Amino acid sequence: MAGQTLYDKIWDAHLVDASAGGMALIYIDVHLTHEVTTPQAFEGLRQAGRSVRRPDLTLAVADHAIPTTDRNAPVEDAQAALQLETLAANTAEFGIEYYDGHDIRQGIVHVVGPEQGLTQPGMTIVCGDSHTSTHGAFGALAHGIGTSEVEHVLATQTLIARKAKNMRVTVNGALAPGITPKDMALAIIGKIGTAGGTGHVIEYSGAAVRALSMEGRMTLCNMTIEAGARAGLIAPDEITFAYLKGRPRAPKGAAWEAARAYWRGLASDDAAVFDRQIVMDAADIPPLVTWGTSPEDVAPITGAVPDPAQERDPDKARAMRRSLDYMDLQPGAKMTDIKIDRVFIGSCTNSRIEDLRAAAAIVKGHKVASHVGAMVVPGSGLIKAQAEEEGLDKIFLDAGFEWREAGCSMCLGMNPDRLAPGERCASTSNRNFEGRQGKGGRTHLMSPAMAAAAAIKGAFADVRECKLG
Amino acid sequence: MKKFTTLTGIAAPLPMVNVDTDKIIPAQFLKSIGREGLGEALFFDMRYLPDGSENPDFVLNKPAYRQAKILIAGDNFGCGSSREHAPWALADFGISCVIAPDFADIFYNNCFKNGILPIKIDKETWEKLLDDAVRGANAMITVDLEAQEIRGPDGGVATFDVDPFRKECLLNGWDDIDLTLQKSAAIDAFEKKRVTAWPWAAPVDG
Ligand code: SF4
Repeated sequence: MAGQTLYDKIWDAHLVDASAGGMALIYIDVHLTHEVTTPQAFEGLRQAGRSVRRPDLTLAVADHAIPTTDRNAPVEDAQAALQLETLAANTAEFGIEYYDGHDIRQGIVHVVGPEQGLTQPGMTIVCGDSHTSTHGAFGALAHGIGTSEVEHVLATQTLIARKAKNMRVTVNGALAPGITPKDMALAIIGKIGTAGGTGHVIEYSGAAVRALSMEGRMTLCNMTIEAGARAGLIAPDEITFAYLKGRPRAPKGAAWEAARAYWRGLASDDAAVFDRQIVMDAADIPPLVTWGTSPEDVAPITGAVPDPAQERDPDKARAMRRSLDYMDLQPGAKMTDIKIDRVFIGSCTNSRIEDLRAAAAIVKGHKVASHVGAMVVPGSGLIKAQAEEEGLDKIFLDAGFEWREAGCSMCLGMNPDRLAPGERCASTSNRNFEGRQGKGGRTHLMSPAMAAAAAIKGAFADVRECKLG
Repeated sequence: MKKFTTLTGIAAPLPMVNVDTDKIIPAQFLKSIGREGLGEALFFDMRYLPDGSENPDFVLNKPAYRQAKILIAGDNFGCGSSREHAPWALADFGISCVIAPDFADIFYNNCFKNGILPIKIDKETWEKLLDDAVRGANAMITVDLEAQEIRGPDGGVATFDVDPFRKECLLNGWDDIDLTLQKSAAIDAFEKKRVTAWPWAAPVDG
C-alpha cells in the first residue's frame, strides 16, 4: 500500500462522510472567528432559526477593524464600532467565548490560537481569514474559509470539502546568518509564484525547516496562501511539543502524554507520494524585498528592480509594467537606493516576540530616519506585555517608533492605520497588493530585521551590514 | 441560495492576471454587517478616480459593458483573502459568471455559495471568449450549466467541466447547511468517536 502524507492522515481522521459526489464532510476541531467575516454568518443562523452546534469549539477575537490606539477611548469609526458591538452581541447570544479589546489575550486571531495552546497537531482548524494557514506550523490542517462556510461550521461543526493534492517543498541545508523565515517564505513564493500551490496542501520539510523555531514555522506557513495553497503543514516534533507544553489550552498530565504519543505519529510516511515536489537549498536564500504588487515579485536586497523588457512572456511583462508604474519604480534601480516613508512592523506574519526582538536588536541605540514614520503593532496583548517586560518598547520608542495595541492594523488598513496615496512602506506583513495598506499606498514586504534597518536608514538596507546592538 | 441554470448576457473583458480580492473589493468596504449594496464598490480602486468620479477607461464604466453579466477574467483571479465580500460585490453588480484560465481556491469556492458560476477554461477557448467579449453588446454569450456549454455569438460552442456536486447545488439552489444537517447522525457518531479517540482535543473553554 502506498504511504500516506501528513495531510492524508489528518484528512482521514476527520472524515465524517464521503458520499457527496467527490465532496467530503470533514469535522472541524477549532473554529476561530473575528468581527469582519462573521456578522452575515450569525445573521444567517438567526434567519434560519439555527443554533451554533459547538460553541465550546469556537473562539472569537477582535482583530481586523479594531483600532490600535488607546483601548479606553471610544471607537471613532462608526462602522467598525458596529462590527465590534455585533461580534460582542453575537458571541453572547450564541454562548461563544470572546476576547475583546480589553482582554490581554486579545490579538490577531492567528497569533492568539497558538499562544493559548488551542492550535494543536493533527487538528482541523478553520477561520474566515485566509492566513489561517499559519496554524499549519503545528501540523494542523488549517485553512481560510468564506463567510458562508463560517455559517456552515457554526451550524454543523463540519465543512464540505474536496480533498486537495499533496505538494512538498523541501528546503535543505541551513539559512545563512541574517536570513530569516520570512526570507525563506518569500524565496519559495518567488520561485513557484502566487498560483504555484493552487489546489494543493503544501508540506514543508528539510533541515532548514526543521531548524526553525515555532514562530519561524508560523511565518512560513502563514505565507503559504500567498503561494496559492490554502494550507501549509509542518510535521510536529520536539520543538512543537516544547512550545505547546503548559499553554492554557494545551492538554495536561496524562492527557498530555497521550496526546504527545499520538502527535508523534503525525508525519508523512517514507513511501508517501506527493503530486508535486520542490527542492531548494537554504544557503541560496538572500535577504529579500518585494518590488511589485504581488508577493512573488521578489528581489535580493543586493539586486535591482527588474526590467519588463527582459521578460519574454507578454502577459507577465504587461503586469510588471503596471506594477512598476503603480510602485513608481524604474527598472534597474538598485534596491538599496529606494527611499521609504513608512515602516510597519506587525501582522500575523511577523508580530510575535521573536520578530519584535529581531527588529529591536537592529533598532537599539539608533533613531528612525527623520523623514520616516514607523510603528510597531504587537500580535497580541500578551506579546505586548512580554515585550514591555523585556524593555523592547523602550528601544522602539526611544528610536522614534510608535508602540501600539494589538491588532491587524496596517496589514490591511481597515482601521485608521493606513498609508496615504503614494507613500512607500517597508512592511513585515504578507500582501503588497495595490491599495492593500491604503489606497495608492506602496508596500514592500520584508523581514522584521530588514524593516527595522530600513527605518533607521530611511531606505532599504542590507541587514547583514547593520551592526547588531 | 439563488439558482443558476442558464445565463445569457454581455461578457466584460478583464484579462489582467492575479486580480486579488483587495482589487475586487478593498478593505474599507468590509465594514458592513450585511451582504447587500457592495456592487457600488466592486473594483473600486480601478473603477473610480481619486476625486470619486468614474474612470472612463475602466471596462465596467464603458457603455457597452455597464450591464455585463459575465466576466472574462485573467489567470489566478480572486487570489488573496477569503473575503466573501468579493463574490457578494460581483453578484450585487449583476455578474453571476466568471470565466478564467484558473482561480484562487477560496474565491472559487465562495462563488458557488452565492449563485455565481466560476468556469475554469483552457487558454485557447479563453482567448476566443475574450475576443467575443471585446465586441461588447454585439456579442451576447450564453452559459448553460445543465449542458455545461458556453455558446458564443457566432454559434461557437465550448464545453466546460464543473464539480457534479456543485453543479447540482447551483441548478437547484440548494443550501449547503440543509444538506449537511441531513447527515446529523454521522456527525453525532463522529463526535462520539472523537471523545474517545482524541480526548485531549478538548473544548475551547475546557
Ligand atoms: S494581520 Fe493581516 S493577514 Fe493577518 S489576519 Fe490580520 S489582516 Fe489578515
